[in-house]
Amino acid sequence: MSKVEKDHRQSVLRLSETQANALDIDETIIGPGETMIVNMGPQHPSTHGVLRVMLELEGEKILRSKPVIGYLHTGMEKTGEELTFVQGATNVTRMDYLSPLNNELVYCLAVETLLGVELPPRAIWIRMLMSELNRISSHLMWLATNGMDVGSTTMMIFGFRERELILAFFEKTTGLRMNHNYIRPGGVAADLPDGWEDDVEVICDTIPVRLEEYDEFITGQPIFRERLTGVGTLAAETAIELGVTGPLLRATGVPWDLRRTMPYLAYDQVEFDVVVGTVGDAFDRYAVRINEIRESVKIIRQILEKMPKGDYRVQDPKITPPPRARIDESMEALIHHFKIFTEGFRVPEGECYVAIESPRGELGCYMVSDGSAKPYRMHIRAPSFANLQSLPAMLRDHFVADAVAIISSLDPVMGEVDR
Amino acid sequence: MSLEPSDLKALNAYLKQGVQDVLFVPREKYLALMSKLYDVGFHFLSDLTAVDYLTYKGKRELPADIKAERFEVVVNLLSHALLKRIRVRVQVPEDLAEIDSIFSIFPSCENFEREVYDMFGIIFKGHPDLTRILMPEDWVGHPLRKDYPVSRVPVHFKESPGPL
Repeated sequence: MSKVEKDHRQSVLRLSETQANALDIDETIIGPGETMIVNMGPQHPSTHGVLRVMLELEGEKILRSKPVIGYLHTGMEKTGEELTFVQGATNVTRMDYLSPLNNELVYCLAVETLLGVELPPRAIWIRMLMSELNRISSHLMWLATNGMDVGSTTMMIFGFRERELILAFFEKTTGLRMNHNYIRPGGVAADLPDGWEDDVEVICDTIPVRLEEYDEFITGQPIFRERLTGVGTLAAETAIELGVTGPLLRATGVPWDLRRTMPYLAYDQVEFDVVVGTVGDAFDRYAVRINEIRESVKIIRQILEKMPKGDYRVQDPKITPPPRARIDESMEALIHHFKIFTEGFRVPEGECYVAIESPRGELGCYMVSDGSAKPYRMHIRAPSFANLQSLPAMLRDHFVADAVAIISSLDPVMGEVDR
Repeated sequence: MSLEPSDLKALNAYLKQGVQDVLFVPREKYLALMSKLYDVGFHFLSDLTAVDYLTYKGKRELPADIKAERFEVVVNLLSHALLKRIRVRVQVPEDLAEIDSIFSIFPSCENFEREVYDMFGIIFKGHPDLTRILMPEDWVGHPLRKDYPVSRVPVHFKESPGPL
């Protein structure tokens, strides 16, 4: 048994609901050497939704713990099997509600891999622009909630304020602030709106200035640092063995970013740095995320320069609907339009696994098609679902008060964990 | 170090190379293959899931000596050093839906195996805590099986008078 596995076994509390109920406990007396089991959540303001953690405490110190999930389970993988490939993006976008565009992206990449279509360059670059903006908005949201969790209410307001800029742009482009269904198999739903460069320019100019403000206001602040430094340390080896990806893994010093190591879209044509930490504590995760925002801004500036002209989706009437104007004049266009939205398109038999770097880590989609218009099996590898496994290892030997900071630093999105 | 043809032969495994490499292995050799893959550098378990092929309409392309069964456990591994992914597919029969757990090699399979158990009812032998993870503990049935209809359970809320 490896050391990591041994530690893991010791830090996870393996106690089921039935076993917990069967325990015969006299709550009034806690004798020497006895431990206490406390539930944190699912209705706790700092558990980011409905995460419940069972904590075994010795006084204030956490010994073992167990994340209990499933409170937000809505059977989205089952639903995915009932929806056509065209409708599927509407479903997956609701999983990770803080980075919906990344979810749509991974789903569409899987469908396109099975279809074997090649996208026009503009579609690829629009997707890249949107997923980077989404990364910024997701990290800003994390900065906000993390600030709130460790007691900085101002940060909450700031993070939301900046995120609003990006959501406004999303609304202009996709029509919705969240759950966009913008990235669809074969390209994107619509071209960028007129004057999008100006909006993105404003975002690129504002965000770095605000980040400087955050640095002044929070990064160097002793109370904030005290709260995060040395808390929830995770070693690189442990992180890899427990399936951790994303900023959590990079904070431990492993330079693993799928955008760099296994490029998808056109990430091999833009320059950016992979941000890594050193010790892998909660402060490193904060530093990795705030600097990733800077890198994303850098990428977006390059996208602004390099955005190619042309079509924003493949012109294949079997996959994408015809332009609105064509429907009035062409019978075939009307038929294609009708067919796509009633029965969808057929995808050749096969299976594939596609992974992208979402703000939370490796977001994968395993898709099996049996040749019909609906996926036979659609499985999403949610980064938070895997990252949560490292929680007991991080919580071990910390105080209950630190649990709030640690859960927050993990950035779990329960919609994605439970699906 | 890499996966040699002789290793594959010893494990009765079959490698299908393509855009994405897929390994087929009989259930008895699954654990041995996984530990072999770990040794050749696949240290990271990306994903573990299953597929229920009960109502599959297409033709299932499997190597000649691997018999198609109802369930299939699919494991996606990643090697940070080789920059490679590999997928392992194992057939699991319906009447004896169990398979070895790879917890001793990849501790990160814990949540994934629990999810597969919860959703498909496949037993992972040697898993430290094989309980339901997403559904309530007293739930009957395994939702992602193909013979489990979408609208089987009428929705009612606690303490509501119930459907009229």
